[in-house]
Amino acid sequence: MMPDWIITAILVAIKLGFVLALLLTGAAYLVLAERKLLGRMQLRYGPNRVGPFGLMQPLADAVKLLMKEDFIPAQGDKVLFFIAPGIAAVTALITFAVIPFGPPLRLFGREMPLVVCDLNIGLLYFLGLSSLAVYGIALGGWASNSKYALLGSIRALAQLISYELSMGLSIVPVVLMARSFSLTEIVNAQTHIPFALLNPPAFLVFLISVLAESKRTPFDIPEAENEIVAGFHTEYSGMRFGMFFVGEYINVIILSSMVTVLFLGGWHGPLLPGIVWFFGKVMLIAFLFIWTRGTLPRFRYDQLMHFGWKVLVPIALLNVVVTGAILLLLQG
Amino acid sequence: MLDSYLPIIVLIGIAVGFAICTTIFSRLIGQKKPTEVKLAPYECGMPPVGSARERMSMKFYIIAMLFIVFDIEAVFLYPWAVMFKKLGLFGFVEMGVFIAILLVGYIYVWKKGALEWE
Repeated sequence: MMPDWIITAILVAIKLGFVLALLLTGAAYLVLAERKLLGRMQLRYGPNRVGPFGLMQPLADAVKLLMKEDFIPAQGDKVLFFIAPGIAAVTALITFAVIPFGPPLRLFGREMPLVVCDLNIGLLYFLGLSSLAVYGIALGGWASNSKYALLGSIRALAQLISYELSMGLSIVPVVLMARSFSLTEIVNAQTHIPFALLNPPAFLVFLISVLAESKRTPFDIPEAENEIVAGFHTEYSGMRFGMFFVGEYINVIILSSMVTVLFLGGWHGPLLPGIVWFFGKVMLIAFLFIWTRGTLPRFRYDQLMHFGWKVLVPIALLNVVVTGAILLLLQG
Repeated sequence: MLDSYLPIIVLIGIAVGFAICTTIFSRLIGQKKPTEVKLAPYECGMPPVGSARERMSMKFYIIAMLFIVFDIEAVFLYPWAVMFKKLGLFGFVEMGVFIAILLVGYIYVWKKGALEWE
Protein backbone atom coordinates (compact mmCIF):
# COMPACT_ATOMS: atom_id res chain seq x y z
CA MET A 1 0.00 0.00 0.00
CA MET A 2 1.31 3.41 -0.96
CA PRO A 3 1.78 6.00 1.72
CA ASP A 4 -1.04 8.49 2.12
CA TRP A 5 0.82 11.58 1.00
CA ILE A 6 1.90 10.02 -2.32
CA ILE A 7 -1.73 9.38 -3.28
CA THR A 8 -2.60 12.93 -2.27
CA ALA A 9 0.29 14.28 -4.32
CA ILE A 10 -0.75 12.23 -7.38
CA LEU A 11 -4.36 13.39 -7.09
CA VAL A 12 -3.28 17.03 -6.80
CA ALA A 13 -0.95 16.62 -9.79
CA ILE A 14 -3.80 15.13 -11.87
CA LYS A 15 -6.07 18.02 -10.93
CA LEU A 16 -3.37 20.58 -11.75
CA GLY A 17 -2.75 19.01 -15.14
CA PHE A 18 -6.46 18.83 -15.88
CA VAL A 19 -7.06 22.47 -14.93
CA LEU A 20 -4.09 23.77 -16.93
CA ALA A 21 -4.98 21.74 -20.03
CA LEU A 22 -8.59 22.81 -19.70
CA LEU A 23 -7.76 26.50 -19.38
CA LEU A 24 -5.32 26.60 -22.29
CA THR A 25 -7.43 24.60 -24.74
CA GLY A 26 -10.54 26.36 -23.43
CA ALA A 27 -9.05 29.77 -24.14
CA ALA A 28 -7.84 28.66 -27.60
CA TYR A 29 -11.25 27.33 -28.57
CA LEU A 30 -13.05 30.29 -27.02
CA VAL A 31 -11.19 32.47 -29.54
CA LEU A 32 -12.36 30.20 -32.35
CA ALA A 33 -15.93 30.13 -30.98
CA GLU A 34 -15.94 33.89 -30.77
CA ARG A 35 -14.70 34.34 -34.34
CA LYS A 36 -17.20 31.78 -35.62
CA LEU A 37 -20.15 33.25 -33.72
CA LEU A 38 -19.26 36.85 -34.59
CA GLY A 39 -18.94 35.75 -38.19
CA ARG A 40 -22.42 34.21 -38.12
CA MET A 41 -23.85 37.31 -36.44
CA GLN A 42 -22.38 39.44 -39.23
CA LEU A 43 -23.54 37.03 -41.97
CA ARG A 44 -20.04 35.69 -42.63
CA TYR A 45 -18.64 32.18 -42.24
CA GLY A 46 -15.81 32.90 -39.83
CA PRO A 47 -12.61 30.81 -40.02
CA ASN A 48 -13.35 27.54 -41.86
CA ARG A 49 -10.19 26.70 -43.84
CA VAL A 50 -7.85 25.06 -41.30
CA GLY A 51 -9.08 21.54 -40.58
CA PRO A 52 -12.74 20.44 -40.55
CA PHE A 53 -14.99 23.46 -39.73
CA GLY A 54 -11.83 25.46 -38.97
CA LEU A 55 -11.23 23.37 -35.84
CA MET A 56 -7.45 23.46 -36.22
CA GLN A 57 -7.42 27.25 -36.39
CA PRO A 58 -6.14 27.76 -32.79
CA LEU A 59 -3.15 25.54 -33.55
CA ALA A 60 -2.36 27.50 -36.70
CA ASP A 61 -2.66 30.76 -34.75
CA ALA A 62 -0.29 29.52 -32.06
CA VAL A 63 2.31 28.45 -34.64
CA LYS A 64 1.99 31.80 -36.40
CA LEU A 65 2.44 33.74 -33.16
CA LEU A 66 5.51 31.66 -32.24
CA MET A 67 7.17 32.24 -35.62
CA LYS A 68 6.62 36.00 -35.63
CA GLU A 69 9.41 38.45 -34.96
CA ASP A 70 9.54 39.43 -31.32
CA PHE A 71 10.93 42.93 -30.93
CA ILE A 72 11.14 45.63 -28.30
CA PRO A 73 10.47 49.20 -29.44
CA ALA A 74 13.45 51.56 -29.23
CA GLN A 75 13.56 53.55 -25.97
CA GLY A 76 11.13 51.08 -24.44
CA ASP A 77 11.80 49.83 -20.93
CA LYS A 78 13.18 46.36 -21.71
CA VAL A 79 12.67 44.68 -18.33
CA LEU A 80 9.12 45.91 -17.79
CA PHE A 81 8.29 45.16 -21.42
CA PHE A 82 9.34 41.54 -20.75
CA ILE A 83 7.49 41.23 -17.46
CA ALA A 84 4.13 42.79 -18.35
CA PRO A 85 2.64 40.05 -20.59
CA GLY A 86 3.95 37.48 -18.12
CA ILE A 87 1.95 39.11 -15.33
CA ALA A 88 -1.15 39.11 -17.51
CA ALA A 89 -0.83 35.40 -18.37
CA VAL A 90 0.29 34.17 -14.93
CA THR A 91 -2.42 35.97 -12.92
CA ALA A 92 -5.03 34.59 -15.32
CA LEU A 93 -3.66 31.03 -15.13
CA ILE A 94 -3.46 30.80 -11.34
CA THR A 95 -6.88 32.29 -10.53
CA PHE A 96 -8.73 29.14 -11.53
CA ALA A 97 -7.07 27.24 -8.65
CA VAL A 98 -9.77 28.21 -6.14
CA ILE A 99 -12.80 27.66 -8.39
CA PRO A 100 -14.69 24.42 -7.63
CA PHE A 101 -15.81 22.90 -10.92
CA GLY A 102 -17.72 19.86 -9.70
CA PRO A 103 -19.06 17.99 -6.67
CA PRO A 104 -16.50 15.96 -4.67
CA LEU A 105 -15.49 12.76 -6.43
CA ARG A 106 -14.82 9.37 -4.81
CA LEU A 107 -11.49 7.99 -6.00
CA PHE A 108 -9.27 5.28 -4.40
CA GLY A 109 -11.69 5.17 -1.48
CA ARG A 110 -11.33 8.82 -0.54
CA GLU A 111 -13.15 12.08 -1.12
CA MET A 112 -11.54 14.24 -3.76
CA PRO A 113 -12.94 17.77 -4.00
CA LEU A 114 -12.95 18.95 -7.61
CA VAL A 115 -10.99 22.10 -6.95
CA VAL A 116 -7.22 22.50 -7.07
CA CYS A 117 -7.07 24.16 -3.68
CA ASP A 118 -10.13 24.85 -1.54
CA LEU A 119 -8.83 27.94 0.27
CA ASN A 120 -11.04 29.27 3.04
CA ILE A 121 -10.34 32.72 1.61
CA GLY A 122 -10.95 31.77 -2.02
CA LEU A 123 -13.01 34.85 -2.73
CA LEU A 124 -10.30 37.19 -1.43
CA TYR A 125 -7.72 35.28 -3.50
CA PHE A 126 -9.79 35.93 -6.63
CA LEU A 127 -10.20 39.63 -5.80
CA GLY A 128 -6.50 40.02 -5.02
CA LEU A 129 -5.41 38.43 -8.29
CA SER A 130 -7.87 40.47 -10.32
CA SER A 131 -6.27 43.58 -8.78
CA LEU A 132 -2.78 42.27 -9.58
CA ALA A 133 -3.74 41.73 -13.22
CA VAL A 134 -3.99 45.53 -13.56
CA TYR A 135 -0.18 45.70 -13.26
CA GLY A 136 0.34 43.75 -16.47
CA ILE A 137 -1.65 46.33 -18.42
CA ALA A 138 -0.18 49.36 -16.63
CA LEU A 139 3.44 48.26 -17.02
CA GLY A 140 2.95 47.03 -20.59
CA GLY A 141 1.45 50.31 -21.73
CA TRP A 142 4.08 52.40 -19.99
CA ALA A 143 7.09 50.34 -21.08
CA SER A 144 6.16 50.47 -24.78
CA ASN A 145 7.12 54.14 -25.14
CA SER A 146 4.19 54.65 -27.50
CA LYS A 147 1.45 57.23 -27.09
CA TYR A 148 -1.34 54.88 -28.03
CA ALA A 149 -0.11 52.26 -25.60
CA LEU A 150 0.12 54.78 -22.77
CA LEU A 151 -3.33 56.19 -23.48
CA GLY A 152 -4.79 52.71 -23.64
CA SER A 153 -3.21 51.61 -20.38
CA ILE A 154 -4.29 54.78 -18.51
CA ARG A 155 -7.84 54.31 -19.73
CA ALA A 156 -7.73 50.64 -18.78
CA LEU A 157 -6.42 51.45 -15.30
CA ALA A 158 -9.16 53.93 -14.49
CA GLN A 159 -11.80 51.61 -15.90
CA LEU A 160 -10.57 48.50 -14.12
CA ILE A 161 -10.28 50.11 -10.68
CA SER A 162 -13.68 51.82 -11.05
CA TYR A 163 -15.48 48.60 -11.92
CA GLU A 164 -13.50 46.59 -9.40
CA LEU A 165 -15.25 48.69 -6.79
CA SER A 166 -18.76 47.78 -7.93
CA MET A 167 -17.65 44.17 -8.43
CA GLY A 168 -16.29 43.99 -4.89
CA LEU A 169 -19.41 45.60 -3.42
CA SER A 170 -21.75 43.29 -5.32
CA ILE A 171 -19.97 40.25 -3.83
CA VAL A 172 -20.64 41.40 -0.24
CA PRO A 173 -24.33 40.28 -0.34
CA VAL A 174 -23.15 36.84 -1.48
CA VAL A 175 -20.83 36.62 1.53
CA LEU A 176 -23.69 37.81 3.73
CA MET A 177 -25.94 35.03 2.48
CA ALA A 178 -23.33 32.24 2.39
CA ARG A 179 -21.36 33.37 5.50
CA SER A 180 -18.09 32.18 4.01
CA PHE A 181 -15.23 33.20 1.71
CA SER A 182 -14.71 29.61 0.56
CA LEU A 183 -16.11 29.18 -2.94
CA THR A 184 -17.09 25.57 -2.20
CA GLU A 185 -19.15 26.74 0.77
CA ILE A 186 -20.75 29.44 -1.37
CA VAL A 187 -21.77 26.84 -3.96
CA ASN A 188 -23.15 24.57 -1.24
CA ALA A 189 -25.20 27.44 0.16
CA GLN A 190 -27.01 27.53 -3.20
CA THR A 191 -28.10 23.89 -3.20
CA HIS A 192 -31.78 24.77 -3.30
CA ILE A 193 -31.95 28.18 -4.92
CA PRO A 194 -29.19 30.11 -6.73
CA PHE A 195 -28.28 33.55 -5.41
CA ALA A 196 -29.14 35.10 -8.79
CA LEU A 197 -32.82 34.55 -7.93
CA LEU A 198 -32.47 35.54 -4.26
CA ASN A 199 -30.61 38.75 -5.01
CA PRO A 200 -31.05 39.86 -8.65
CA PRO A 201 -29.59 43.39 -8.18
CA ALA A 202 -26.28 41.98 -6.96
CA PHE A 203 -26.27 39.51 -9.86
CA LEU A 204 -26.84 42.23 -12.46
CA VAL A 205 -24.25 44.59 -10.98
CA PHE A 206 -21.73 41.74 -10.83
CA LEU A 207 -22.44 40.66 -14.41
CA ILE A 208 -21.98 44.19 -15.77
CA SER A 209 -18.85 44.79 -13.69
CA VAL A 210 -17.40 41.49 -14.88
CA LEU A 211 -18.04 42.50 -18.48
CA ALA A 212 -16.15 45.75 -17.80
CA GLU A 213 -13.35 43.89 -15.98
CA SER A 214 -12.80 41.71 -19.03
CA LYS A 215 -12.34 44.86 -21.17
CA ARG A 216 -14.77 43.65 -23.84
CA THR A 217 -17.46 45.43 -25.81
CA PRO A 218 -19.30 47.63 -24.76
CA PHE A 219 -16.46 48.38 -22.32
CA ASP A 220 -13.52 47.89 -24.70
CA ILE A 221 -12.41 51.53 -24.57
CA PRO A 222 -8.84 50.58 -23.50
CA GLU A 223 -8.33 48.93 -26.87
CA ALA A 224 -10.78 50.90 -29.01
CA GLU A 225 -9.14 50.06 -32.32
CA ASN A 226 -10.48 53.01 -34.30
CA GLU A 227 -9.25 55.55 -31.73
CA ILE A 228 -5.99 54.26 -30.26
CA VAL A 229 -4.95 51.40 -32.57
CA ALA A 230 -4.86 48.51 -30.06
CA GLY A 231 -4.43 50.27 -26.73
CA PHE A 232 -1.90 48.92 -24.28
CA HIS A 233 -0.64 46.11 -26.55
CA THR A 234 -0.05 48.26 -29.66
CA GLU A 235 3.72 47.63 -29.60
CA TYR A 236 3.56 43.95 -28.69
CA SER A 237 4.27 41.31 -31.29
CA GLY A 238 4.73 37.55 -31.49
CA MET A 239 4.21 35.35 -28.48
CA ARG A 240 4.24 38.28 -26.06
CA PHE A 241 1.13 39.62 -27.73
CA GLY A 242 -0.09 36.03 -27.62
CA MET A 243 0.28 35.99 -23.85
CA PHE A 244 -1.83 39.12 -23.43
CA PHE A 245 -4.36 37.50 -25.73
CA VAL A 246 -4.38 34.14 -23.91
CA GLY A 247 -4.61 35.97 -20.59
CA GLU A 248 -7.62 37.89 -21.79
CA TYR A 249 -9.50 34.80 -22.91
CA ILE A 250 -8.59 32.78 -19.82
CA ASN A 251 -9.95 35.75 -17.90
CA VAL A 252 -13.24 35.43 -19.76
CA ILE A 253 -13.43 31.77 -18.70
CA ILE A 254 -12.55 32.62 -15.09
CA LEU A 255 -15.02 35.49 -14.85
CA SER A 256 -17.75 33.29 -16.34
CA SER A 257 -16.87 30.64 -13.76
CA MET A 258 -17.08 33.22 -10.98
CA VAL A 259 -20.54 34.29 -12.15
CA THR A 260 -21.52 30.62 -12.14
CA VAL A 261 -20.06 29.93 -8.70
CA LEU A 262 -21.28 33.06 -6.96
CA PHE A 263 -24.73 33.47 -8.47
CA LEU A 264 -25.83 30.52 -10.61
CA GLY A 265 -25.36 27.75 -8.07
CA GLY A 266 -22.11 26.31 -9.45
CA TRP A 267 -22.42 22.60 -10.16
CA HIS A 268 -25.93 22.22 -8.69
CA GLY A 269 -28.67 21.22 -11.10
CA PRO A 270 -31.13 18.39 -11.69
CA LEU A 271 -30.57 15.12 -13.60
CA LEU A 272 -27.17 15.72 -15.28
CA PRO A 273 -23.85 15.22 -13.43
CA GLY A 274 -22.52 18.29 -11.63
CA ILE A 275 -19.50 18.85 -13.83
CA VAL A 276 -21.73 19.05 -16.93
CA TRP A 277 -23.93 21.64 -15.22
CA PHE A 278 -20.91 23.70 -14.22
CA PHE A 279 -19.33 23.85 -17.67
CA GLY A 280 -22.73 24.31 -19.30
CA LYS A 281 -23.35 27.41 -17.20
CA VAL A 282 -19.84 28.71 -17.84
CA MET A 283 -20.32 28.29 -21.58
CA LEU A 284 -23.66 30.06 -21.39
CA ILE A 285 -22.09 33.10 -19.72
CA ALA A 286 -19.15 33.03 -22.17
CA PHE A 287 -21.68 32.99 -25.01
CA LEU A 288 -23.36 36.00 -23.40
CA PHE A 289 -20.01 37.82 -23.51
CA ILE A 290 -19.63 37.07 -27.23
CA TRP A 291 -23.25 37.94 -27.91
CA THR A 292 -22.92 41.39 -26.31
CA ARG A 293 -19.81 41.95 -28.42
CA GLY A 294 -21.79 41.16 -31.54
CA THR A 295 -24.70 43.37 -30.49
CA LEU A 296 -23.68 46.49 -28.60
CA PRO A 297 -21.63 49.50 -29.72
CA ARG A 298 -18.86 50.94 -27.56
CA PHE A 299 -19.46 53.33 -24.64
CA ARG A 300 -17.93 56.79 -24.65
CA TYR A 301 -15.36 57.24 -21.89
CA ASP A 302 -17.39 59.73 -19.85
CA GLN A 303 -20.47 57.49 -20.15
CA LEU A 304 -18.40 54.57 -18.90
CA MET A 305 -17.13 56.40 -15.82
CA HIS A 306 -20.56 57.89 -15.07
CA PHE A 307 -22.17 54.50 -15.30
CA GLY A 308 -19.63 52.92 -12.99
CA TRP A 309 -19.48 55.61 -10.32
CA LYS A 310 -22.98 57.09 -10.40
CA VAL A 311 -25.12 54.03 -11.13
CA LEU A 312 -23.39 50.78 -10.22
CA VAL A 313 -21.62 51.87 -7.00
CA PRO A 314 -24.75 53.39 -5.33
CA ILE A 315 -26.89 50.40 -6.34
CA ALA A 316 -24.32 47.95 -5.01
CA LEU A 317 -23.90 49.87 -1.76
CA LEU A 318 -27.65 50.17 -1.20
CA ASN A 319 -28.03 46.49 -1.99
CA VAL A 320 -25.54 45.61 0.76
CA VAL A 321 -27.57 47.53 3.35
CA VAL A 322 -30.93 46.16 2.16
CA THR A 323 -29.65 42.57 2.07
CA GLY A 324 -28.26 42.98 5.57
CA ALA A 325 -31.56 44.38 6.88
CA ILE A 326 -33.62 41.59 5.30
CA LEU A 327 -31.30 38.88 6.66
CA LEU A 328 -31.53 40.48 10.10
CA LEU A 329 -35.35 40.45 9.93
CA LEU A 330 -35.40 36.82 8.80
CA GLN A 331 -33.19 35.80 11.72
CA GLY A 332 -35.60 37.53 14.07
CA MET B 1 -1.55 25.59 7.07
CA LEU B 2 1.22 25.58 4.49
CA ASP B 3 0.20 22.36 2.74
CA SER B 4 -3.20 23.80 1.84
CA TYR B 5 -1.34 26.47 -0.13
CA LEU B 6 1.16 24.04 -1.68
CA PRO B 7 -0.90 23.30 -4.85
CA ILE B 8 -1.17 27.04 -5.50
CA ILE B 9 2.58 27.51 -5.13
CA VAL B 10 3.15 24.63 -7.58
CA LEU B 11 0.61 26.19 -9.96
CA ILE B 12 2.35 29.59 -9.76
CA GLY B 13 5.64 27.82 -10.58
CA ILE B 14 4.09 26.10 -13.61
CA ALA B 15 2.46 29.33 -14.82
CA VAL B 16 5.69 31.33 -14.52
CA GLY B 17 7.55 28.52 -16.27
CA PHE B 18 4.96 28.53 -19.07
CA ALA B 19 5.34 32.29 -19.53
CA ILE B 20 9.15 32.19 -19.58
CA CYS B 21 9.38 29.11 -21.83
CA THR B 22 7.00 30.40 -24.51
CA THR B 23 8.82 33.74 -24.63
CA ILE B 24 12.23 32.10 -24.95
CA PHE B 25 10.96 29.56 -27.48
CA SER B 26 9.40 32.23 -29.68
CA ARG B 27 12.64 34.25 -29.46
CA LEU B 28 14.58 31.18 -30.61
CA ILE B 29 12.47 30.22 -33.63
CA GLY B 30 11.13 33.66 -34.57
CA GLN B 31 12.93 35.70 -37.22
CA LYS B 32 15.05 38.69 -36.30
CA LYS B 33 15.45 41.48 -38.82
CA PRO B 34 15.22 44.67 -36.79
CA THR B 35 15.39 47.95 -38.68
CA GLU B 36 15.30 51.43 -37.29
CA VAL B 37 11.86 52.16 -38.71
CA LYS B 38 10.45 48.91 -37.39
CA LEU B 39 11.63 49.64 -33.87
CA ALA B 40 10.17 53.15 -33.84
CA PRO B 41 6.95 53.54 -31.86
CA TYR B 42 3.85 53.09 -33.99
CA GLU B 43 2.09 56.30 -34.92
CA CYS B 44 0.01 55.33 -37.94
CA GLY B 45 2.90 55.69 -40.35
CA MET B 46 3.90 59.23 -39.36
CA PRO B 47 7.37 59.83 -37.89
CA PRO B 48 6.89 59.78 -34.10
CA VAL B 49 6.64 63.23 -32.52
CA GLY B 50 7.98 64.00 -29.04
CA SER B 51 8.11 61.70 -26.05
CA ALA B 52 5.40 59.21 -25.21
CA ARG B 53 5.74 59.76 -21.49
CA GLU B 54 3.42 62.73 -21.47
CA ARG B 55 1.61 64.13 -18.50
CA MET B 56 -1.96 63.00 -18.25
CA SER B 57 -5.26 64.45 -17.16
CA MET B 58 -5.74 65.14 -13.45
CA LYS B 59 -9.03 63.21 -13.62
CA PHE B 60 -7.25 59.89 -13.52
CA TYR B 61 -5.45 60.73 -10.26
CA ILE B 62 -8.73 61.74 -8.65
CA ILE B 63 -10.30 58.46 -9.74
CA ALA B 64 -7.35 56.58 -8.26
CA MET B 65 -7.73 58.39 -4.92
CA LEU B 66 -11.48 57.81 -4.81
CA PHE B 67 -10.85 54.17 -5.60
CA ILE B 68 -8.55 53.82 -2.59
CA VAL B 69 -11.13 55.36 -0.24
CA PHE B 70 -14.02 53.24 -1.44
CA ASP B 71 -12.04 50.06 -1.89
CA ILE B 72 -10.95 50.21 1.72
CA GLU B 73 -14.61 50.57 2.58
CA ALA B 74 -15.30 47.36 0.68
CA VAL B 75 -12.41 45.69 2.52
CA PHE B 76 -14.06 46.56 5.85
CA LEU B 77 -17.39 45.22 4.62
CA TYR B 78 -16.02 41.70 3.97
CA PRO B 79 -15.17 40.65 7.55
CA TRP B 80 -18.45 42.12 8.72
CA ALA B 81 -20.33 40.13 6.06
CA VAL B 82 -18.68 36.87 7.11
CA MET B 83 -19.39 37.42 10.82
CA PHE B 84 -22.85 38.87 10.16
CA LYS B 85 -24.82 36.32 12.19
CA LYS B 86 -22.62 36.62 15.27
CA LEU B 87 -22.52 40.41 15.24
CA GLY B 88 -26.28 40.62 14.80
CA LEU B 89 -28.14 43.91 15.21
CA PHE B 90 -25.19 45.65 16.85
CA GLY B 91 -22.92 44.90 13.89
CA PHE B 92 -25.58 45.95 11.41
CA VAL B 93 -26.13 49.35 13.07
CA GLU B 94 -22.37 49.83 13.39
CA MET B 95 -21.91 49.10 9.68
CA GLY B 96 -24.86 51.36 8.85
CA VAL B 97 -23.12 54.26 10.62
CA PHE B 98 -19.88 53.48 8.79
CA ILE B 99 -21.61 53.36 5.39
CA ALA B 100 -23.54 56.56 6.20
CA ILE B 101 -20.31 58.44 6.94
CA LEU B 102 -18.85 57.26 3.64
CA LEU B 103 -22.07 58.17 1.87
CA VAL B 104 -21.64 61.77 3.06
CA GLY B 105 -18.18 61.73 1.48
CA TYR B 106 -19.59 60.20 -1.70
CA ILE B 107 -22.26 62.91 -2.00
CA TYR B 108 -19.61 65.58 -1.36
CA VAL B 109 -17.40 64.14 -4.12
CA TRP B 110 -20.35 64.02 -6.50
CA LYS B 111 -21.44 67.60 -5.74
CA LYS B 112 -17.85 68.85 -6.13
CA GLY B 113 -17.91 67.45 -9.65
CA ALA B 114 -15.07 64.94 -9.24
CA LEU B 115 -17.14 62.32 -11.08
CA GLU B 116 -17.77 64.56 -14.12
CA TRP B 117 -15.80 63.97 -17.31
CA GLU B 118 -16.55 67.02 -19.45
